[in-house]
Amino acid sequence: MMLVLERRAAQSMAMTFLSPALAIAITVVIGGVIFTSLGLDPLKALYIYFIEPVTSLWSIEEVIVKAAPLVLIGVGLSVCFTANVWNIGAEGQLTIGALFGAVIPIYFTGWQSPLVLLLMLVLGALGGALFAAIPAFLKTRFNANEILTSLMLVYVAQLLLDWLVRGPWRDPQGYNFPQSVPFEGWQLLPVLGEGRVHIGAFLAVIAALVLFFMMDRSLRGFEIRVVGRAPRAGAFAGFAEKRVIWFCFLLSGALAGLAGLCEVAGPSGQLQPNISPGYGFTAIIVAFLGRLNPIGVIFAGILLAISYLGGEAVQVELGISDKTAQVFQGILLFLILACDTLIHYRVRFASAVVKQA
Amino acid sequence: MSAVEAVILTIITASTPLLLAAVGELVTERSGVLNLGVEGMMIMGAVCGFVAAHVTGSAAVGILAGLIAGIAMSLIFAFLTQTLMTSQVATGLALTLLGLGLSGLIGESFTGQPGVKLAALTIPVLSGIPFLGPILFGQDILVYLSLALTAAVAYVLFRTRTGLIISAVGGNHHSAHALGYNVIGVRYACIAFGGACSGLAGAYLSLVYTPQWIENMSAGRGWVALALVVFATWIPKRVLIGAYLFGTVWIMGLYVQALGVAIPSQLLSSLPYLVTIAALIIISGNRTITKVNTPACIGQPFAPER
Repeated sequence: MMLVLERRAAQSMAMTFLSPALAIAITVVIGGVIFTSLGLDPLKALYIYFIEPVTSLWSIEEVIVKAAPLVLIGVGLSVCFTANVWNIGAEGQLTIGALFGAVIPIYFTGWQSPLVLLLMLVLGALGGALFAAIPAFLKTRFNANEILTSLMLVYVAQLLLDWLVRGPWRDPQGYNFPQSVPFEGWQLLPVLGEGRVHIGAFLAVIAALVLFFMMDRSLRGFEIRVVGRAPRAGAFAGFAEKRVIWFCFLLSGALAGLAGLCEVAGPSGQLQPNISPGYGFTAIIVAFLGRLNPIGVIFAGILLAISYLGGEAVQVELGISDKTAQVFQGILLFLILACDTLIHYRVRFASAVVKQA
Repeated sequence: MSAVEAVILTIITASTPLLLAAVGELVTERSGVLNLGVEGMMIMGAVCGFVAAHVTGSAAVGILAGLIAGIAMSLIFAFLTQTLMTSQVATGLALTLLGLGLSGLIGESFTGQPGVKLAALTIPVLSGIPFLGPILFGQDILVYLSLALTAAVAYVLFRTRTGLIISAVGGNHHSAHALGYNVIGVRYACIAFGGACSGLAGAYLSLVYTPQWIENMSAGRGWVALALVVFATWIPKRVLIGAYLFGTVWIMGLYVQALGVAIPSQLLSSLPYLVTIAALIIISGNRTITKVNTPACIGQPFAPER
């Protein structure tokens, strides 16, 4: 018996949608096997992991709070990856966005006005975009690999944040804890009702809708897809690859920066050394799981937000590490990539007879 | 021991994991495959090496475990990219994300546990030579191995038939296939070699560099190794020079701090990453140098036409 891949004449539409479902199903099965091997009841563990987070109002709100940054970053990355522009540094852009936005509450502590909130949102996006402009510039000017430069800058951004909250931006009344002054009033994102859901969730949905129509209906969207799939054809059509690289980096950087600002002005309410549990990296998985389609990214973001919460829940209720969440996320990405092969190929089991042309 | 001697010894320790990982990735890339999962394979090598050594009390078992972990990780990558023809960039990223997560889970209960330090393989008599002795003849086996491996890779790539086949597969996979070479098979082997080297590099971190388990202890070294290969324009001896250069930068921060210079420690810690970016700019800006040596088929999946 041998596995043989046969190229399909056209890519399978059905598989484009079935592949992520299949990947999720296999991840759940693997999860069950892992839980069993840890001596747990697999059905109970899987229930706590994937179902319980959506059974109470409190936890549904928490899912939305966690999904918001994932979707904001994920939609930007989906545009990048469609163009074959590999921005891997969203985590760093998120950090710098948060730092830019935090300038207002830290240096203008008492300033209260609706303008403050607007300004912070703009600064957050600006910070992310400026930080993303570095790899874009290095790529277009020096041909430096954007994967490596954007990734290296993540470490630089996190060290900068670490220095600021332990040094110049530390709250003088904070008992020496590495954190900034708490944000207050208009320096915080408005929340819905009594809960924790903030306007970041709205911004994420709006960003997804705008980018969906841009990719589907506008010349810019067409340009991005052509440059991603066939850069030479794009060049003949007068599409400049460099312009696409700049556009993708500035866009995804701005969205990541906005996500960062929403974290510090939302759930955290101040700057801390760790402002994100790796949202910038998880958003890579979100983008692929969402088929690089902004609407798909919304659903993918919600699913991965559930996996974060599920990880915390199994830790509390079953006493196993919440690091299982990261493992599931990694396995899921592998399986999506593997299942995507089915879009272009048909799998046949052939006997050992080798077909010769 | 003089201060200069101590500095040189730490530079060697900081450079060895970079050299090991970069030399492995160089072979992988020469065969036309870009494996961005170096960081993931390295951290898995580190955690498996630490756990195996901690449980058995033997550093040798730890090294072996790191090696096997690296190979196992690389074979997942090979199966996806070579057999299922997935995107190499996306799959490499997946490998890194999985490695970071899985290593955190495996190592969680071992954080803070005492590690086993790999003993130096001191060569008698010769290591007694003042100054040069401890530096040249008082190292552990992985340091010697990393240097021998670099020489061996250079020899095999440029002086043997095997090396020519690897370069042919990386340079033009359709021609190599037409000549009767098993493109996929060669790539599987080169990916596994890269995985083995990354696994060893990881084991070096948790058995020699800091003999304990710390989450994310590879701290981007896998990515720096990837940048090193580009910086070295796919030439082994330049990887050696580059690894020692980067290793020196990595360790420099510690000494500057020890001298009491009033620079934020975070700035010093970010030096290796900034220097890596600078190195990429210098080398990538010169398109003639990069074009000549870049494996032409790098990153492209190969499907034999039937």
